[in-house]
Amino acid sequence: MPESAHVDYSTKIPNNVGLQDDQRVLKALEQWHPGYIDWWMTMGPEGFQTSDVYLRTAISIDPKGWAKFDYVKMPEYRWGILLAPRAEDRLVNFGGHKGEKAWQEVPGEYRAMLRRLVVIQGDTEPASVEQQRHLGKTAPSLYDMRNLFQVNVEEGRHLWAMVYLLHKYFGKDGREEAEGLLQRRSGDEDKPRMLGAFNETTPDWLSFFMFTFFTDRDGKMQLESLAQSGFDPLSRTCRFMLTEEAHHMFVGETGVGRVIERTCEAMKQAGIDDPYDIARVRALGVVDLPTLQKKANLHFSLSLDLFGSEVSTNAANFYNSGLKGRFQETRIEDDHALTSATYPVLKLVDGAIKLVEEPALTAINMRLRDDYVKDCQGGVSRWNKVIEKAGIKFELKLPSVTFHRQIGEFKGIHASPEGQLLSDGEWAARKDRWLPSTDDGAFIESLMAPCWEAGRYASWISAPKIGIDSKPGDFEYVKIHRA
Amino acid sequence: MPARIDFQTEPSRYRHWKLKVSGSRADLILDVDENGGLFEGYQLKLNSYDLGVDIELADIVQRLRFEHPQIRVVVLQSGKDRVFCAGANIRMLAGATHAHKVNFCKFTNETRNTIEDASETSGQKYLCAIKGTAAGGGYEMALACDHIILADDGNSTVALPELPLLAVLPGTGGLTRVTDKRKVRRDLADAFCTMEEGVRGSRAVKWRLVDQSVPNSKFEAAITRAVQRLTNATARPAETTGIALTPLERTFEHGAIRYSSLDVDIDRSARRATLTIRGPVTAPPATTGDMQAQGASFWPLRLARELDDAILHLRANEPEIGTLVFKSIGESGRVAGHDAFLDANASHWLAGEIQHYWKRVLKRIDLTSRSLVAMIEPGSCFAGTLAEIAFACDRSFMFDGALKGDNRAPAALTLTASNFGSYPMSNGLSRLATRFIGEPESVETARAVVGTPLDASDCERLGLVTSAFDEIDWDDEVRIFLEERASFSSDGLTGMEANLRFAGPETMETKIFGRLTAWQNWIFQRPNAAGAEGALKRYGTGVKATFDPKRV
Repeated sequence: MPESAHVDYSTKIPNNVGLQDDQRVLKALEQWHPGYIDWWMTMGPEGFQTSDVYLRTAISIDPKGWAKFDYVKMPEYRWGILLAPRAEDRLVNFGGHKGEKAWQEVPGEYRAMLRRLVVIQGDTEPASVEQQRHLGKTAPSLYDMRNLFQVNVEEGRHLWAMVYLLHKYFGKDGREEAEGLLQRRSGDEDKPRMLGAFNETTPDWLSFFMFTFFTDRDGKMQLESLAQSGFDPLSRTCRFMLTEEAHHMFVGETGVGRVIERTCEAMKQAGIDDPYDIARVRALGVVDLPTLQKKANLHFSLSLDLFGSEVSTNAANFYNSGLKGRFQETRIEDDHALTSATYPVLKLVDGAIKLVEEPALTAINMRLRDDYVKDCQGGVSRWNKVIEKAGIKFELKLPSVTFHRQIGEFKGIHASPEGQLLSDGEWAARKDRWLPSTDDGAFIESLMAPCWEAGRYASWISAPKIGIDSKPGDFEYVKIHRA
Repeated sequence: MPARIDFQTEPSRYRHWKLKVSGSRADLILDVDENGGLFEGYQLKLNSYDLGVDIELADIVQRLRFEHPQIRVVVLQSGKDRVFCAGANIRMLAGATHAHKVNFCKFTNETRNTIEDASETSGQKYLCAIKGTAAGGGYEMALACDHIILADDGNSTVALPELPLLAVLPGTGGLTRVTDKRKVRRDLADAFCTMEEGVRGSRAVKWRLVDQSVPNSKFEAAITRAVQRLTNATARPAETTGIALTPLERTFEHGAIRYSSLDVDIDRSARRATLTIRGPVTAPPATTGDMQAQGASFWPLRLARELDDAILHLRANEPEIGTLVFKSIGESGRVAGHDAFLDANASHWLAGEIQHYWKRVLKRIDLTSRSLVAMIEPGSCFAGTLAEIAFACDRSFMFDGALKGDNRAPAALTLTASNFGSYPMSNGLSRLATRFIGEPESVETARAVVGTPLDASDCERLGLVTSAFDEIDWDDEVRIFLEERASFSSDGLTGMEANLRFAGPETMETKIFGRLTAWQNWIFQRPNAAGAEGALKRYGTGVKATFDPKRV
């Protein structure tokens, strides 16, 4: 039985893909392993490699019982290859091959395209670990520190997942690409990560929460559409990754939510009603709501860039080839071929922002981005409930998709968060109102003092409602042994 | 579509290129204006180009030689992030007529050759520094340069993705330059040309696709070092000021174009254009200083520019004018005098540039897919450089004797030293050596009569003209020839003429143009590329092309 719900720990690399019977891939992965550990030690969480972290490890892919919690030193985390169970008789569900049997091997004609998809997805996984590597030392609590590390080891595992695909299905080129994933570095001038947002810094915890809410949500959308793939191993890999990715969304949404909650609570205690009375709010040692809005503006706009051009030949090719579908493809009621359908795309036409009907096939990125915006809006609405409950008149809003863009239709223009076109001069004069300024950064930085006592939380963030694995409030999530 | 594609431009009108000149280095930045396409219906995304972009490039390469003779090294880079150049714009190609595509490819090829000619004969070296993707025509532009530096940043690649992506071939000499210039091993070239995503980093160096692969942090320093190396290895006149290539004197009339030394008269019903060249009205200048003072109005340069423009205009804007008849009016002695002046001063930068320019204009004529006919009539001045035009023609007719009551000099043809190597064809031979490929002794016989005006019977005897007719036969013979020519299949003529014009050895240039006209243009017409379900038509829709699997 090569593939099962249970994870085989008899090999050095835990897996449910029968690695013990696949010596070629096992050998390739074992050869890749030291380089990975080396990367983790140099680019992974700084200063906590010897700490015992209360982490969840996957022991099964059964949705009900896949996780096991225990103290683990991160370099000893059992990173493994885990695929969702294989569905018998799964079909290609969209594009020109719709109705054919899903591929268990890479079709030769799509090898380059598939490899590109896997490499781009794979490149984002280690990138975020690199971006977040300094955050441990300013963690606002052991609970948050543990969540950070959980996210980090899981991003590491997602890298493993993509490397497995490269090793198993893409031969020599695949092995070279897998090496490349360990060689690029977030923000490095010479070897940058492939996508822009993954070369930005994550300087503070607020950025981390925003990143996990907005940018990891792009990851979720990408994984959702890759989970639809007619290339079955990719689909199964991504389906399992999504179960882990959900936790990252949780960290982001509750993280920002707890910051909001703490701010509102502090404002009420101090009798401040005006959310724009920034100096007084900041004096309380909490993050003022307008600054949170700016952070959201920044991370939302950077994340939108990850969806690529609104109208994209690559995306159309991926879809038509059956390699990358739409969000919840099989639940959409249409012909899943899109050869004659259109989709409204927001475009810049003669200097005005207009909805234009474009062939649906080339508007796949736009559609996924629209779904992403809806998904983001759900979380933002929940944040607003917290503010509303506190009786403060303030509403967080997603900025217009035209705001602060580097990629796609609106990269050459300036627009306000409301989507109003601005001249260069107007933009320069007003951008500090909408995006975090140096001063805002310095203020957030000033709040970033570590709070490592079990059960205690930094001044600017509330305690969570429930602990991880239902542990009590004073549980020591990380036993820090500093080297 | 513009009413007329104009090949004339000048720096203040550039939309796609920026040129910065500093000392002996020029920086040439490709920053294509997406909305600056020559036609409607496409945007020039990702630094892709159309004919308009290339017209500007050709203008720059030309001006660098005439207006900036002190330049030794030209550094070609992209003005855009993460993309060097995506090559010819696919939507433009998909929407263009076949004739436009062919003309476009021909012109871009001529421009790439001009870059190589600048390096080889004028010592203006080109360095291409690639950051981002250089795909298709983007990489072909790099291939025309002397030295290619590729950023080693994990993203920058060179690629010729035409076959896998579009089911066509690279149209600007890519395949030939990969094997014959870069000398890439044939199996690696095969792998490279079927790899949509291209090759990056050290592999690109190992395969000889580029010369250097350099990390971003060392990129500028590597350019500076390479510039230094190229600068030291080449000689250009220092402290020289160039001449201004002033706008052409040119007026478009109904059925005619008038230049200062050339008339183009179009007879649409006969599908024929007559190009009448006017020889110089003065003797050549006494000194090179005088020549430089005359600048762009110096007759050989002025005529070369006018003729070049006329040929390009006819190619692009007059597709149905199938026959070009060349005539001349003037004094042969003065034409020969200008040849002698240029020859005597060939080491002067400007004289040298003018000769090289004439070489390129004559090649442009060789490569024009129209029937080319020379009419050597009384009062004409087919001497030296102008006689070379007659030798470029598919047929030449000479008037034998004088017309009754005509006081013009009888038709004569005069050879000068220029006919024996100053203007090699793309096969590397002179037109006379190509003409007499089976009788090399005839070249020597002709050399013996340099400077002597040759009448019709001399020319017939020496094999310098196709036929000579006297007053009795001339009108009828000429009329019948032209009418017959116009009755043949235009495609058949194009193929036949291109086959017959280039006897002798293959060079990289002949291969490039030969394969362009044969393979590329054939593939471009086939349903697998251009059919309703072909790759060019389907490109960008996401729908896969359907191929007819039969091998031809």
